[in-house]
Amino acid sequence: MTPASSAEREQAGGGSGASWFYNPRVRGIVFQVLVVAFLLGMLAYFAQNAKINLERAGIASGLGFLSERAGFDVSQSLIQYSNDSTYFRAFLVGLFNTLLVAVIGIVIATVLGFIVGIARLSKNFLIRQIATWYVEMLRNIPLLLQLLFWYKAVLSVLPSPRQSLEPISGVYLNNRGLILPEVIGQPGSSAILWALLAAIAASIGISRWARKRQQATGQQFPSVFVGLGLIIGLPLLVFLVTGMPVDLAYAELAGFNFRGGVVIIPEFMALLLGLALYTAAFIAEIVRAGILAVSHGQTEAAYSLGLRPRRTLQLVIIPQAMRVIIPPLTSQFLNLTKNSSLAVAIGYPDLVAVFAGTVLNQTGQAVEVIIITMLVYLTLSLLTSGFMNWYNSRMALVER
Amino acid sequence: MSVSKIAYVRTDEAPRMPPPVSETGVVGWVRQNLFDSVGNAIMTVLGIAMLALILPPTINWLFIDAVWTGSNREACVVEGAGACWAFVNAKFAQFMYGRYPIAERWRVDLTGLLLIAGLVPAAIPRVPFKRETVLYLLVVFPIAGFILLTGGNVGLSGNFWIGLAVLAALSLAVVALICRNAGIAPASPLTVVAGFYLALALVFAVISYDFGLRSVETQLWGGLLVTLVVAIVGIVASFPLGILLALGRRSKLPAVKLVSVIFIEFWRGVPLITVLFMSSVMLPLFLPDGVNFDKLLRALIGVALFASAYMAEVVRGGLQAIPKGQYEAADAMGLSFWQGIGLVIMPQALKLVIPGIVNTFIGLFKDTSLVLIIGLFDLLGIVSLNFSDANWASPNTPATGFVFAAFVFWIFCFGMSRYSIYMERRLHRGHAR
Repeated sequence: MTPASSAEREQAGGGSGASWFYNPRVRGIVFQVLVVAFLLGMLAYFAQNAKINLERAGIASGLGFLSERAGFDVSQSLIQYSNDSTYFRAFLVGLFNTLLVAVIGIVIATVLGFIVGIARLSKNFLIRQIATWYVEMLRNIPLLLQLLFWYKAVLSVLPSPRQSLEPISGVYLNNRGLILPEVIGQPGSSAILWALLAAIAASIGISRWARKRQQATGQQFPSVFVGLGLIIGLPLLVFLVTGMPVDLAYAELAGFNFRGGVVIIPEFMALLLGLALYTAAFIAEIVRAGILAVSHGQTEAAYSLGLRPRRTLQLVIIPQAMRVIIPPLTSQFLNLTKNSSLAVAIGYPDLVAVFAGTVLNQTGQAVEVIIITMLVYLTLSLLTSGFMNWYNSRMALVER
Repeated sequence: MSVSKIAYVRTDEAPRMPPPVSETGVVGWVRQNLFDSVGNAIMTVLGIAMLALILPPTINWLFIDAVWTGSNREACVVEGAGACWAFVNAKFAQFMYGRYPIAERWRVDLTGLLLIAGLVPAAIPRVPFKRETVLYLLVVFPIAGFILLTGGNVGLSGNFWIGLAVLAALSLAVVALICRNAGIAPASPLTVVAGFYLALALVFAVISYDFGLRSVETQLWGGLLVTLVVAIVGIVASFPLGILLALGRRSKLPAVKLVSVIFIEFWRGVPLITVLFMSSVMLPLFLPDGVNFDKLLRALIGVALFASAYMAEVVRGGLQAIPKGQYEAADAMGLSFWQGIGLVIMPQALKLVIPGIVNTFIGLFKDTSLVLIIGLFDLLGIVSLNFSDANWASPNTPATGFVFAAFVFWIFCFGMSRYSIYMERRLHRGHAR
């Protein structure tokens, strides 16, 4: 059969004996029309029901509620917030709290996960076993249970403020949270921050220049050590030169609680601890799998080229392992961000607790509130995966 | 110097000496594994220090100082007491069944036995009758379990039966019409459709039959029962849905592909909590007045949809690994699309992704604990609920309860992950060269 005749047959709807029923094109179109019609019908049905139900319950619709007065307090807020603020402000408070715990959690989980993952491959029997048990214990127990455990069984049974633990002088740990001394900058202290920024910028510049020079001439430059030295040394120098313009304001016990200082609420600590330890177990497995994915021949090839073990690790194994590690690592970061919504169970004021909890209960506008909450998480997911995809494409193997 | 005398020529082999003590036995093992370099020695010492810091207090708390017997908090508030196992002992039945009526708990036990009776032969590769076992697990057991747990006797109105009959008649008419138009012999498609509706009617007839069992509302369910119900229903419902979504995502039909992609990415992008909130707060709004879903059922719908998106991505991974030649071979054999998928592609694809599927199941099993946030009392929910029992309030009660719940979850999840490793090795055997 020539291509032309088969095309004719398709156009004729199966003229040459075969029924239109067996024409893939017709079947495809009919099937798609059915699927779309079914979905649209279901959506219309739901929307109609929702409209009737909302009218009956006397619940307003639309986003007008966002500018109304919230009238409730939040225990932790990164931005100015009082119970006179609007619902929108409450939304922002929740969003920033979610982002705060997610970002810090990701950093801790990544560091811990890499340590545990490498420890699982250690030649040392004891270290390997400890790491294995850590992973097997933590990843087979629900995160919610771990959060509740840290919150109710560990942090809640800490002593009261009067009998606070004082692990370091000026730092207090009790059932109201972790109380740190507040850093108060005197005039001139902003110079230290500027010095830090300048040092970071300089070390980035130096590492770029060093890479370029190495590619051009082959000469190496210890840019890591120089950069670290700059980042630590420069602010320290400025700190000393300007006459140490920073004070620590220690918290003081007044009555039944502490006054002053920076208070880290136990809900935050429990959430951070739970999220970081749990996610670290998963990251450890990813790191282990990534390192194992680099074949032993690569190590042998590097040795036969005369590279030292440390340089082999640095130049041959880690770059190849990272390629395997990064994609699943991304989804762990996303998981951690999404799991931070479990905060609602222990009362940390994150997006779900503040917005999909309190605001929803006060306004009753379930549809709008839930949709906004879901959209926020969707956006965070898409942004994270977008960034990691970009990073991954930079790291990925460039083939001919 | 004509003769150079050789003082000694060995004529037989030297006796073989045992290896030095430092290379064998415990000492050798310790030297090789723990102290073979300075760095390793430091790590070992650090590890021992860590264990010494953690293990003794944990063991003390868990076993040595623990309170094993007692009838109320008095036993557990003693100074220096460890875990309050008496609490778990006293509440054990509640942790398993929730508030399920005591007289009816045999029904839960029987359901559990029926499940085990199906799972064990299905899980052990050597036991024959796999097809029958799976049929039992997917058809007989769910119906029997439903009747046993709820009491059956679902009040289906006359209108429901009329509606079902009308739907059946309509479907038959549409099929007959299509067959006539397309010039296909109508007998076999009509039998299939009629058989489907008859089976459906039979299932509805069975669950609406009065077996004389007392009706138990799902509000009374709790503990491990709810955990297992949510997990198993979620797993069973998400699996076919996930396969369909995965096929949809790889479909050449643009509308189907778009719908699948949006569905999958949406559920994967939001946390389960918001899904559960949605199903508990928003779902009632979407239904007409008077139709009211049970809270447990709403949670089940949310969990199943959520899990199906993850399942779809796992299955898609397997589908992508199947070379194009397999599809073409199926086409060349004259198999229809669904035959090709069912007989050629899926068996290979699913085998490839067994670890991923089990991981999804484990994740789902752990995620069932989230239903406590919308007010269902699963194992974790009922354990935390009992902390507020003044009769058992003690500083160690929460920790004990959590350790118990963690242990139960851990057993299930760890068991599943070990089983998946075992199956993976077994299924892989044919390809090992």
